[in-house]
Amino acid sequence: MSAVEHSQPSLLFRRVLLLPLLAFAGGLAYAVLSLPEQATGLSDQVAANMETSGVSNPVTAVLLNFRGYDTLLEMAVLLVALLGVWSLGSAVVHRRVDPEPVLSILVGGLVPMMIMMAGYLLWVGAAAPGGAFQAGSVLAASGILLLLSGRHLPVRLLGRPLRLVLVLGLGAFVAVGVALLSASGMFLQYPPGLAGAFILLIEAAATLSIGVTLTALFLGGRPDPDA
Amino acid sequence: METMTVLQWVLDGTLVLALLWLAWRALSSPDLFTAIVLFIAFGLMMALAWVRLQAPDVALAEAAIGAGLTGALLLAALARSNDLADRMNDDQTAGTEKK
Amino acid sequence: MNSILLYALLGVGLFTLGLHALIVHAHLLRKILAINVMGSGVFLMLVALGGRTPGASPDPVPHAMVITGIVVAVSATALALALLLRMQAKTGRTQLPEERLE
Repeated sequence: MSAVEHSQPSLLFRRVLLLPLLAFAGGLAYAVLSLPEQATGLSDQVAANMETSGVSNPVTAVLLNFRGYDTLLEMAVLLVALLGVWSLGSAVVHRRVDPEPVLSILVGGLVPMMIMMAGYLLWVGAAAPGGAFQAGSVLAASGILLLLSGRHLPVRLLGRPLRLVLVLGLGAFVAVGVALLSASGMFLQYPPGLAGAFILLIEAAATLSIGVTLTALFLGGRPDPDA
Repeated sequence: METMTVLQWVLDGTLVLALLWLAWRALSSPDLFTAIVLFIAFGLMMALAWVRLQAPDVALAEAAIGAGLTGALLLAALARSNDLADRMNDDQTAGTEKK
Repeated sequence: MNSILLYALLGVGLFTLGLHALIVHAHLLRKILAINVMGSGVFLMLVALGGRTPGASPDPVPHAMVITGIVVAVSATALALALLLRMQAKTGRTQLPEERLE
């Protein structure tokens, strides 16, 4: 192993490092073990407010309703990370390799199923495990499979339409928040009967956005329409 | 009932040991490709751990994003990094041959 | 100690393993792997400590935080990998310039 990593710190340093690390781990373990046995945290308050939240899956309720602002900021983080990757250079065009036939056939069968599964995960997220992030990541996986099998988006979709879809999730979230701000006086305050509908709307936009953003992150650079 | 708890303890203990072993092997493997593949396996075992902790939403997210997408990103970066290194080596040898 | 605390201790162990690898290894890709393992350790601690009340359903707020954390971790990893490739294209190195420790 020393032949590969020739600039690892010296053996003495690594031996000396073990002791403070073990002490640190021991301290953390002691802290974890000395926490009180019974602590329900916020689950009681979540359970008490579930009827007005519009969904029956508590995690979705927390993500999209009780802590909706955190999810809005998370969509912004995704977008900023993509902007960072785009600002570093354009996407590397891989050497032209004929896509393997097994991969092409597999992708032809898998991608439609994955798109359906993403739609199902989005819909069922209101009542069972699922939701926008899980559905968006399945969409992103299908997008990466398409990229790996050699299929690229037509060039005319790479400019404004791509950017539109990328911003759609965050934009829908902010638009709904501002509309509700002017309607009821508080940002992202859903009206009592319509909470479920708003959550589904935001989640649908977010799923598309997350899928395309994660696929674009895999591309590793600005897609160049002129290449 | 006793066998159920014993089985559960065995399952949990095996999962914990497997996760620790996978993490240690992934972080200390001399070959980067092996390290990334072990990291993907670590992510999939983490999905099992989330199921054991009664967090199915987190398990879905970890399997898809934590193991799948992160693994794909890492492998793509490794391939591009090796391409860059090969290209720089070719440029260097071409430069020294001209002299 | 119920089995939930075992997972919390596993989180502590993973965090320490990742920290050790982060300090010791010089290759940037290994540092990124180490940070991801540290993140997984923290997430385990959050969720395990949120569900440690025996017999009650687990607290959904740490679950939501960890889902958010996983997504943020993947976007940070993507940005870090892009930075690594850019640095390698510019300088030819995949390790930070070493300061002598001895």
